[in-house]
Amino acid sequence: MTIAPPRLLLPVAGWLAGLLWIAPLLLMFWAAFHPDGDALRLSFDTRWGFGNFPAAWRVAPFARYLVNTFCIVTLLLVLQLLVCTLAGYALARLRFPGRGLVFAIVMLQLMVMPEVLITENYVSVARLGQVDHYLGVALPYIGSAFGIFLLRQTFMMVPQELEDAARIEGLGRLAILLKVYVPLARPVYTAFALVSVSYHWNNFLWPLIVTNSVNARPLTVGLQVFSSVDQGVDWSIITAATLMTSAPLLIAFLLFQRQFVQSFMRAGIK
Amino acid sequence: MNDIRHAMTSRSFVSRPAVHAWLMLLPALVLLAAFTYWPIAGSVWESLHTQAPGVDPMFSGADQFAALLDDPVFLQALRNNFWYALVTVPVSVMLALAMALWVNERFAGRGLLRLAFFTPTILPMVAAANVWLFFYAPDIGLFNQLLGAAGIAGRNWLGDVETVLPALMVITIWKEAGFFMIFYLAALQSISPEQRDAARIEAPSAWYRLRRVTLPLLAPTTLFVVVNALINAFKLVDHLFVLTRGGPNNASTLLLYYLYEVAFKFQDISYASALTLVLLALLALCSALQFWFSRKRVHYR
Amino acid sequence: MSFKSRGLALALGAVLSMAALGAAAQTQVTMYYPVSVGGPLTQVVDKLVDQFQQANPDVKVNAIYAGNYDDARTKALAALKAGTPVQTSVLFSIDLFELKDQNVIRPFDDFATTPEDKAWLQSFYPGLMDNGRADGKTWGIPFQRSTIVMFYNKDAFKQAGLDPNKPPRTWTEMREAAAKLVKQDGGATSRWGVMIPSTGYAYWMFGALAKQNGATLMNAAGSHTTFDTPKTVEALQYWTSLAKDGLSPKGLIEWGTLRQNFVEGKTAMMWHSTGNLTAVLKDAKFDVGVAPLPGNPTGGSPTGGGNFYLFKSGSEAEQKAAYRLVRFLTAPERSAEWSVATGYMGVSPASYETPTLKSYAAKVPQTLVARDQLQVATAELSTHQAGRVRKVLEDSLQSAITGQQEPKAALAGAQAQADRILKPYQR
Repeated sequence: MTIAPPRLLLPVAGWLAGLLWIAPLLLMFWAAFHPDGDALRLSFDTRWGFGNFPAAWRVAPFARYLVNTFCIVTLLLVLQLLVCTLAGYALARLRFPGRGLVFAIVMLQLMVMPEVLITENYVSVARLGQVDHYLGVALPYIGSAFGIFLLRQTFMMVPQELEDAARIEGLGRLAILLKVYVPLARPVYTAFALVSVSYHWNNFLWPLIVTNSVNARPLTVGLQVFSSVDQGVDWSIITAATLMTSAPLLIAFLLFQRQFVQSFMRAGIK
Repeated sequence: MNDIRHAMTSRSFVSRPAVHAWLMLLPALVLLAAFTYWPIAGSVWESLHTQAPGVDPMFSGADQFAALLDDPVFLQALRNNFWYALVTVPVSVMLALAMALWVNERFAGRGLLRLAFFTPTILPMVAAANVWLFFYAPDIGLFNQLLGAAGIAGRNWLGDVETVLPALMVITIWKEAGFFMIFYLAALQSISPEQRDAARIEAPSAWYRLRRVTLPLLAPTTLFVVVNALINAFKLVDHLFVLTRGGPNNASTLLLYYLYEVAFKFQDISYASALTLVLLALLALCSALQFWFSRKRVHYR
Repeated sequence: MSFKSRGLALALGAVLSMAALGAAAQTQVTMYYPVSVGGPLTQVVDKLVDQFQQANPDVKVNAIYAGNYDDARTKALAALKAGTPVQTSVLFSIDLFELKDQNVIRPFDDFATTPEDKAWLQSFYPGLMDNGRADGKTWGIPFQRSTIVMFYNKDAFKQAGLDPNKPPRTWTEMREAAAKLVKQDGGATSRWGVMIPSTGYAYWMFGALAKQNGATLMNAAGSHTTFDTPKTVEALQYWTSLAKDGLSPKGLIEWGTLRQNFVEGKTAMMWHSTGNLTAVLKDAKFDVGVAPLPGNPTGGSPTGGGNFYLFKSGSEAEQKAAYRLVRFLTAPERSAEWSVATGYMGVSPASYETPTLKSYAAKVPQTLVARDQLQVATAELSTHQAGRVRKVLEDSLQSAITGQQEPKAALAGAQAQADRILKPYQR
């Protein structure tokens, strides 16, 4: 598997490649800390300053956007876990007529993304009165075929003896689910949670359509609305705002790198 | 044993497993019906009618689809999406494979390299697009500043019909390649040391090993990654909102963006429904391809 | 509980419920508004709205910033469709026909019953009312209105040997000035002569060029467009010639980055909305001149910007409160405040007589150019299905500017498509 070039070439080339790849972000970083039109000047004698961040903070309610994003993502995750656990267990362990058909119906959804159905879904959410509310943003994504599939596979691998033993102890079905299956599937739950959170933290198109105001607008939409090209691009402020909106997930990622990477890997292998 | 279990059953459980099953499945099925299947039916219905602001709705059969074929913007969007998928998918997949192979080697700083490759994925696309707007702006943007320093005249990357789509492709590849790299890494690391040693004995040449052993073993990952990239090529249009809004003259418009324009800017629900069905058909095609390929070509040891 | 404490609790409860009732008795008004020029304008809007609420404690206003004009229209219409109450909004002045077709607005005349109300309706600049009137009624009240003006770099003029107090007045003069102002650095151009943006609101710029050449783009009823008359074709030919002759950069010129380009000295002249004035004056490190657009031979510019509309949404009382809000925000004092903060025009002659605008105009005479241009202003492109028709025109403009098509062919194509879109309205 190893290609054998000279010893030093690989790391040096590696560092250069990494630097090049990350250059856009480094430049954004640069621009964010250079206020007043110096953002685009790349010389060393330009002043650094924090001025852009309070300026950006003032121009748009980023704190509110942060809260909104957090609430949407959390609400969605909780509901997803609930719905997918129940469905996954039913498909994994319970025998009933039509089980194959239901499984097929669920899997079919993997082909159809909510993104494509924006027009009809908007009308549905509007009829339920959830436009510009957290639930409205979450609704189309709660029934996640991916989640159901993941949990079904996981539950199927739990040894039947454990369930039998619990049943002998007199536990009801839901209790078995909670006490036996869920704890054993913890790594999968973590993986799913990380994938779901990072996807929906960064989701843009659907939240753009279904939110109208700061009531439920998440960070991504807030950033776009704010840097809407009409206003004239103020680089310093836009890069500061961009940095602010990307920071939460970026920091979380840097802290929990291994878990993130493993989650995506696990999600992929399945 | 069975008697005891039967006795337990009739005391602890209220009703039969089937009822339980349906109850547990109910939330998921209701949501799926409401937000996946009902919208599809609704789109079919709407696309068979015509309505516009100020004009009453009426049944119009296949008129909307005929209008699609007549619509230069739709055809342009279709063409753009086709090229967009054709370029971004193979390039990001190959790049991802190369990155994974590289990062899999042992050398100092490979953890940082992996981090550097993966970081663009963590950014929201609108943030990434903002960063690249900075690069692509003519005159004051970074690319043209650097090119100018080297004495080359820069181009109006986002404002020129010929360069706008490639410029967008670059951003997508930059953002997605790291994501796919992770899947390849996982697959590479799951190749057991015995296999690696056996392969090394059988075929000393690294290139040969790569072609004949590694790549076939990576085939399921490749399939997964390619389909994902293909779906994203149709699904991810966030950067258009920030950078070009489909311009210049629709040279960078993509199907989903056009769908958004028709539905929410022009308020033409019927036409939008026809567009939705086209997109659905394309996505179904991708999934069908995945299904077919996974049956035929994937090589498991 | 003793009698005293029970009595106290009862009293407290009564007071609280009265307060709650009082709060509930406040009329709620929701409005969407766009911001299309630079600056922290949401704060200014919030301040003005606060002033209204203090003067009218029985009304609670929810002012929602919705992005640019397109976004604001999309959001307002979406909210209305979803049944959320939206009593008023600032939307594109040219959205009139679309909003009427969707049957969501009502004329201000419904509430203008007293003589003062009627006087208020007549108090605005006539040029600004063109896009707001239909069927003899007033549906749009001007709020953030503008015309296009030509910003120019006085220092650059001096450098190039031009008189900084004599900006070009005709198309020929502008070309000549631009040729002198272009600066080359090695093989590349380090400063352009003039930049006219061709993204964002290209049709608006084109409307100006057409008017300067003596042509209009549509009829008053908004049911027919005239994109490919000889005079409009000439206007587009003039525009494309600027890039061909090296006075303007080739390809599209981005609306969003144009102001920065000008402020950094990458172009000596730019055509842009007067709404950018305050931001430009703040950022530029050189002497900024503002001139009316050059003519061929008479000048002209379409008006632009946003009007207040009254929506058929919520209760009658709420709509009446919205009407009062609009009256307050478009009154001369508020219009003057808004103009100073942004660079948008004062919307009535009275606003220019207020101390605020008088002293500001004395310090910053550039702010009067947009108003003076009203004399040669024309209505902005406004038709049924305005969004679609605009897109068709913009696509053709961009295709000519990027060299894909010749101006004549491009505009002929746009006209054909516009005819198709407007057919149902041409009965």
